[in-house]
Amino acid sequence: MIISVASGKGGTGKTLVATSLALSLKDKYDVQLLDCDVEEPNDHIFLKPNITRSEAVSIPVPKVDEEKCTHCGICAEACAYNAIAVVKEYVLTFPELCHGCGACSYLCPEKAISEVPHEIGVIETGLADSIDFGHGKLSIGQAMAPPVIRKVKGLVDNNKVVIVDASPGTSCPVVEAIKDSDFCLLVTEPTPFGLNDLVLAVETVRQLDIPCGVVLNRAGVGDGKTEEYCRQENIPILLTIPLDTAIAGFYSRGVTLVEGMPHYKNGFIELFDKIKEVVDERTADS
Amino acid sequence: MKELLILSGKGGTGKTSIVGSFASIAQNKVMADCDVDAADLHLLLAPSVREKNEFLSGQVAVIDEDKCIECGLCQDECRFDAISNYRVDPVSCEGCGFCSHICPVEAITMNECKAGEWFISDSKYGLLVHARLGIAQENSGKLVALVRQQAKELAEKNGLDYIISDGPPGIGCPVISSLSGVSLALIVTEPTLSGIHDMERVLGVCQHFGVPAMVCINKYDINEENTQAIQGYCREKGVEVAAKVPFDNAVTEAMVKGISVVEYTDSKVAREIKSLWQYIDRKLQG
Repeated sequence: MIISVASGKGGTGKTLVATSLALSLKDKYDVQLLDCDVEEPNDHIFLKPNITRSEAVSIPVPKVDEEKCTHCGICAEACAYNAIAVVKEYVLTFPELCHGCGACSYLCPEKAISEVPHEIGVIETGLADSIDFGHGKLSIGQAMAPPVIRKVKGLVDNNKVVIVDASPGTSCPVVEAIKDSDFCLLVTEPTPFGLNDLVLAVETVRQLDIPCGVVLNRAGVGDGKTEEYCRQENIPILLTIPLDTAIAGFYSRGVTLVEGMPHYKNGFIELFDKIKEVVDERTADS
Repeated sequence: MKELLILSGKGGTGKTSIVGSFASIAQNKVMADCDVDAADLHLLLAPSVREKNEFLSGQVAVIDEDKCIECGLCQDECRFDAISNYRVDPVSCEGCGFCSHICPVEAITMNECKAGEWFISDSKYGLLVHARLGIAQENSGKLVALVRQQAKELAEKNGLDYIISDGPPGIGCPVISSLSGVSLALIVTEPTLSGIHDMERVLGVCQHFGVPAMVCINKYDINEENTQAIQGYCREKGVEVAAKVPFDNAVTEAMVKGISVVEYTDSKVAREIKSLWQYIDRKLQG
């Protein structure tokens, strides 16, 4: 089963929820935690995994053999991303714009274009206690997170309870991280910013046909409109975590919630049981 | 004309609350919300939309079933696994157009899709350019570039001194798009291990693209030891810490009321943000 953790707004507590959920379940299930926020991965700060394997993530980018090239311009015409340009006697390539689709090399009539790997990030795996841990890191200065996320998602072990931590927002990196999940947990805070972005996140998961539930973090701050919205939209609030400076203190030092305050563990186990119920029901229906 | 961009790496460190305050203090400026997939600045600026435009971007492959001979070439060659059973999954399609180029019976066309909207608005603090990326859409970087371009044209037309932009979280495509060529990036961080880790990465991106950066430590008093660590790191890297802003519930209270914190209170948090703006103003003039 794959449970993804997303939020819309950043800083609402995705990392807190993903790491504490993994720790709460690890004695009962085989758990895998995949941090797919490859721009700013933080789960490792809290779980301190022993990284045993590291693999570069590359995308194939064009390399032009000037001897064979006739400057016909078919490659530049075909490229949807302006990553290859033909100017008179030169061909210029822009690896940072390339999506690695392969059209240019396939279509070149002179077979003058080969593909070479362009490194954009790294994935690392290891164990954090008994948790099977994996994350991706986009390299500084690189724009394209989705290929790194795809590589992390490639680690999914279907025999385990897989927790996928997504990045904030609602665009392609989030979609890449949460698609194929059986359930998506949306972590929010009851503030106008939190609600505005929760609504966007709900639209995203609905478009992908993923069932969702809410974790309301920092309850007590802000207003009651988030709860009202969830009631109206029939979205279950599966766990409520109050605004508490002690929690913020543990978080600031890189201590997970359930290690700092173990009485929260039951809440996370119950949260998982509720998710399991929804997922099992859906599986039975289909 | 100078362009100030506010970034953070980690989400939820307080970018938008600080930008909202700058909006109410600064004169002669255009505001721009470059966080196009979870925009929140409008919640503080109460914009009335003057101009609304469609954002057309990216293409999606469509297979004409009547023409398709089910040869399977497109699905074999698609690098994004976006085609199966001779149908295109629009969410996975990256719009590269490779399939449409190679289809032997020309059964595949690329359709332009509406990927969002962008707006020019009159707000209570002057002009605001903002946008909304469609749910689960790609090309947030392109929409960010469009927002910046519009803000620049407006500033030139109206003889304004500043563009103040609220940036997206992370370090990938939309961040790079919002960063290129700005006068100054202000990194809003918080004294948590996650905040520090993410600040280091986003400072790396600024350095990579040669953009001058300074740091604001928000909620500095939630962990003073970490605050000192940030100051030490910045000293070592030659990055200036321009402000230390205390934690204050007034920030959320102001957000609930839909106003900036500097209008809501004159407590220390507001005074620090005001003097931060005055400092940045002098720097940018300087």
